[in-house]
Formats: sequence, structure tokens, C-alpha cells
Amino acid sequence: MTVETDADAGAASGGESAARRMDLLRFATAGSVDDGKSTLIGRLLYDTKSLFTDQLAAVEAVSAARGDEYTNLALLTDGLRAEREQGITIDVAYRYFATPRRKFIIADTPGHIQYTRNMVTGASTADLALILVDARKGLVEQSRRHAFLCSLLRVPHLVLCVNKMDLVDFSQDVFERIADEFTAFAAKLDVPDLTVVPVSALRGDNIVSRSPNMPWYEGPALLHHLERVHIASDRNLVDVRFPVQYVIRPQSTTVTDYRGYAGQVASGVLKAGDEVMVLPSGFTSRIASVETADGPVAEAFPPMSVTVRLTDEIDISRGDMICRPNNAPAVAQDIEAMVCWMDETRPLQVGGKYAIKHTTRSARAIVRGLHYRLDINSLHRDDSAGELRLNEIGRVRLRTTVPLLADEYRRNRTTGGFVIIDETTNRTVGAGMIVEAG
Amino acid sequence: MTAPAYQVSHLDALEAESIFVMREVVAEMERPVLLFSGGKDSIVMLRLAQKAFAPANVPFPVMHVDTGHNFPEVLEYRDQRVAELGLHLVVASVPDALARGLVRESPDGMRNRIQTPVLLAAVEQHRFDALFGGARRDEEKARAKERVFSFRDEFGQWDPKNQRPELWALYNGRHHPGESIRVFPLSNWTELDVWHYIARERIPLPSIYYAHEREVIERDGMLYAVNEFVRPRAGEELVKERVRYRTVGDASCTAAVRSDADTVEKVIEEVAATRITERGATRGDDRVSEAAMEDRKREGYF
Repeated sequence: MTVETDADAGAASGGESAARRMDLLRFATAGSVDDGKSTLIGRLLYDTKSLFTDQLAAVEAVSAARGDEYTNLALLTDGLRAEREQGITIDVAYRYFATPRRKFIIADTPGHIQYTRNMVTGASTADLALILVDARKGLVEQSRRHAFLCSLLRVPHLVLCVNKMDLVDFSQDVFERIADEFTAFAAKLDVPDLTVVPVSALRGDNIVSRSPNMPWYEGPALLHHLERVHIASDRNLVDVRFPVQYVIRPQSTTVTDYRGYAGQVASGVLKAGDEVMVLPSGFTSRIASVETADGPVAEAFPPMSVTVRLTDEIDISRGDMICRPNNAPAVAQDIEAMVCWMDETRPLQVGGKYAIKHTTRSARAIVRGLHYRLDINSLHRDDSAGELRLNEIGRVRLRTTVPLLADEYRRNRTTGGFVIIDETTNRTVGAGMIVEAG
Repeated sequence: MTAPAYQVSHLDALEAESIFVMREVVAEMERPVLLFSGGKDSIVMLRLAQKAFAPANVPFPVMHVDTGHNFPEVLEYRDQRVAELGLHLVVASVPDALARGLVRESPDGMRNRIQTPVLLAAVEQHRFDALFGGARRDEEKARAKERVFSFRDEFGQWDPKNQRPELWALYNGRHHPGESIRVFPLSNWTELDVWHYIARERIPLPSIYYAHEREVIERDGMLYAVNEFVRPRAGEELVKERVRYRTVGDASCTAAVRSDADTVEKVIEEVAATRITERGATRGDDRVSEAAMEDRKREGYF
């Protein structure tokens, strides 16, 4: 027996209409246990009722058994055996919470081990990055590294949480000194939006509501900022980029002569009647319809997954890109990119050959040159470097076997990013951000 | 360009991401299969598969790893769904594997662990290289660190310390013959998201997800239905309770929760208010140790 859901469920349920209004914000957190990052995340989860009693009880039991003086909320995310045994965080953990306004996905990146690889991974999809510093220590090398990586990955919004304000007597001077120093550093980077919040994660000051302990602070509480930070205009709605993912051609007697190009809109707005160009062929056509399984849609924009049908029968396959005749990405085999190396076994070397995946397109590439390796602490460029090792970042020139349909990463995070894959081990060994394609 | 018209809800964003993931798999992998248990997550996944390839049919078979400990309502649902959608169903049967001597019954009678070799044998037999699973990262802490595309070696093993970095929406499904990828399109969904989606899409579910009267016994603080697999032990009292299932797994280790939620809206209210995770409330198999799920996953579990 099956139960049909009530036909009016959607309209009738207050929960559903609330769910309809919620949007999605992905954020990455950076910092170490010492900065109180786990406490902060635990606080956000707890105060939004996203932490469950059985999870908390399990963490309390393990903390007590290990003789921790306080409930170690890091254990919430450190679920792997090796992490528990060694007391370290190995990998990015994903956490979820929601308020009536927004659903949040946290990519919680560990502060110490493999921090670059993990931070780059977490930041790649983030709308916002949250960096923690301990108010007693102020900015440390790691805070600058985190800020740099966020700017490299073009995370649109940055929040610096100056934590443990209770341990500096909620001092406005301490806060402003740190905020000024960080703001000055961020000005040297490409940080479009920066907010600094004084908090005490342990005591809950300025997390969910404004703290009476810091009347001098006039900004929003952290959660209030996370709920309201304006992310809609971070999306690129100007440059039409539709990487063709899959061609839908039903082998069916009821649906005949159907040919649709399935994909997720990377940027821009697509609608029926628009003149489009298909790369790399350069053929032009018009959009006949933009469809989903629920029927045609008036417009498609990021991050919608849709099927585009054209008025002309032209040869299009996976890896091709639908764009506009007067606004197209580069069709290029020579790629200049910032590359972050992620493999511990073998370094990136000039002359090395790799597989790369860029949008829905795969290619092989040879490393033609390494211009410099970047010291991410000093931002110094070492142009004598001959290779990139694990967690190192450098500017690289690649030549690909087939043209990539590419934009600068700073203009388009989807059509500007690629991963490098070792062809023998099949491991993902690097992440690339296109600086120039030509 | 900040008109609200260009915003999507979180459910639409999750749906779009899941559809993208499913299309990537079909475009890049040779022989995908969708693991279908008749549980709500696999049911939602199947709906997403329908949407991803419409108006074409779902371009891969579904596989049920059948422990032999089934809720009859769920088996009925499975067969009805498969018939409706014209799907090809592969059944990897634990009872058959027991009869063939591939696996042996574990002393506690639970079949959770012995379904892994049965799953892996079916993967090998059918040469599946991509397996869609309905696991979500919010379910369990070992799962919180798993990739959307999760690589498995030729023994079906997961190595949590050696996972491929996953950046942007660039999924690496490359593998050598005999290796495979587990794909989790619902990675970023929560239990509540799944229920909101079931309501929005009006997806029918097996009846045991909604409140009903059932004869149960209380064991280790959980309510188990009495059936041919679960018998009252000495001192356990048979009581009639109004219950529903939050998860659907092996009938010998999946417990019910007391509930009056007999409609999808009431379930949403209940889930939104609950303070216990769904696996914590209903799964005897996760209570074995702190790392029970990780250990099973390492061996090739879902």
C-alpha cells in the first residue's frame, strides 16, 4: 500500500511556503581549534536547533572519557577513527543548519593539516568565508594565509570573527586594532566585501543576537549577517555560458525527434528566442525553448539545471558551450593559470602531462612553464622555482590538446576553474584558476 | 540585476545540483546503477533521475540489496514503482548468497554487515562502475566527510584518508577497470529538505513512513515491530503503539518512533521539532561503536 500525499500539501503547509522562501548560502570556515572555530560552529548549530541531543550526548561521553575539561565540540565533526585517535581534523567536513530565512552549508576546513588543499576545496564553492582569530593573539600568519586563499578563490564575502572577546574584557581597542590591521591587509588582496565582528563563541556574544557586553559595536550579530548578506548579485547574470553536459535524445516511440541539450547554467540568462552561438564550432542558432521536467521555463539562470532546445539541427555534444554571438569565452589552447598543487606523492613539473577537467570538457595538457611560485605568507614571488609541491601555489602556463572554452576566473568562477588529474593514478592533483586564455 | 526573479529557493538549488551530478555520471561513466531500497532517500533520488533525463526514460537500472528482512509495504512499493517507470530491477539477494555460501549469518542475526559482500558481488557480476546512493552528509559523522563522487578500489573499499579533493562542480569519476565510484547526489540535503521535497513534488511513499498502529516491543530504548524477524525476548512486553518509521532499512534492526504524524505536513512539523537524529532514533546497527558507520563503509557498505 502506498500513501499519496495530500494534493494541496504544498499550498496548505506553512512549512513548505516558508521553505519556498529560503535560499541557500554556502560558507567555509577557517581557523584552528585553538581559535574556537569548533565552538563557534557548535554554537551556530546549537542555537539554530540543528544540533541533536544524541549527537551532543555522544560528544559529551567521548569528551568525558578522554578527560577533556570541556565538551570538545570538534568531536562533532571529527568522526573518523584516525581523527579521534590522533586528535586532529583530517578533512573538510560539511555541516548543515537552517533558519527561516536561509539554509546554510558549512564547509568546515581544518586549520593545521593540509590546510591549503582543504581550504581551497572548501572555498571553491563558498559564497562567504569566515575567518577566526583569537582576540588575545591578534592576526597570525595563518589568518593572512586564509585571507589570501579566499581572495585567490574569489569568495565574494569575507567575515573576520574576532573571537574570545570575553578574555580581553570586551575591549573596543583590542578589537579595532585587529580589525584595522586585517582591513589594511585585505586591501592588498582582492576582497570585495569584508565584515568584522567581535564575538565570544563560548559565551554566545554577538553570535545570534547583539551582545550587551559590547555596546560600542554597532554592526550586526554574526548570524544576522549570515542571514542577510546579499548574495543574489554575486551571480554573473550578464555573460551567457551554458556548458553542454549531456544530449537528451529519447529512444522512444512516443517522443520522437526530440533533441535537447542538458546542463546547468554557469552564468547569464537564457530564454526562448535568444540568438546563441555554440562553441567551439561557432555555429549560430536560436533558443527554441528552455525546458525542465516540469515544463518550459521563461528564463534560465544560475544555478538552474535545464534542457535547452535550438531551432536548428546543428552538431552539438558534451563539452560544447552555448553562449551569445557578441559575448563569448575564449577558445584557447594556451592557458595561463594560478595552480594550487594537491598531491603529496609527485610535484607538478614543467614538461609534465596531465588530464584536465574544465566545465564539462576534458582535455590533456602539458605544463609549458612555471613563471613563479608564490609564498603565501609574504606574497613574494619566487621565479626560480622548478616545481610545485603539495600545498604550493604558482603561476603556470599550459598547452591543451583541445581548446578550452574559458573565461578569466575572476570574471567567472565556473568557466574559469579547472582541476588537474594524474593520468596514471586518476587522482585529482591540482586546482587551476585561469588568469588568461588566448 | 538583483530582481528576486533571479533567485532560486534552497530546494531548487539542491535539486539543480543533484540533477547536475546525475547527468555527469551518465555522461562519463559506462554502467551506472541506482541503489534503491524503497526508503525515502532512494525514492527522492529516483524522482531526481526522472527529472534529469526527461522526456527520456531513466537511463540506468536500479538495484535492491535485499536482506530478506523486508517490510512487506516496502517491497510492494518497490515493485509498483519499478513497473510504473518501466525500470530494470536488479535484486542482489542476501538469502540467495546465504544459500550459495557466499556469506554466513552473523551471530546476532543482523544482516547489515553481510549485505556488503552481496552488494560487491553484484557490482562485479554486472560490471557496474558507478553506484548512486541516497546517503546524506547530515546523517552521520563519517558521511559528513565523504565526497559526492566517492572512489572505491577493486575491493569496494573506502579510504577516508585518501579521498580525492572535490572542487567547484568538477567531479572526478576516473577509475581503472574493477574500481568504481559511489555517487551521492543527495549529499547536501538534510532530512528536512527531503521531506519538504516529498511534499512539494507530492511523491508517494511506503505507508510505514506515516503514523499507524503497530505491535512493538521496546528494546535498548527503541521500538521494534514484532514480525517474523523480531520476536519478543523474555521480559519484553508486546504493546500496541502509534508509530511511524523515520528510516527504512533491514526490518530486523530498524526501529519505529512514536508518532501521530499521518500526513506529510505533520511529518515535516515533527522532523522540524525533533531533537534526535534519524539514525540515532531508529538504527540498532549504528549503535555498535563510535565508528560503526565508518567501519562498514570502509568494507564497501553504502
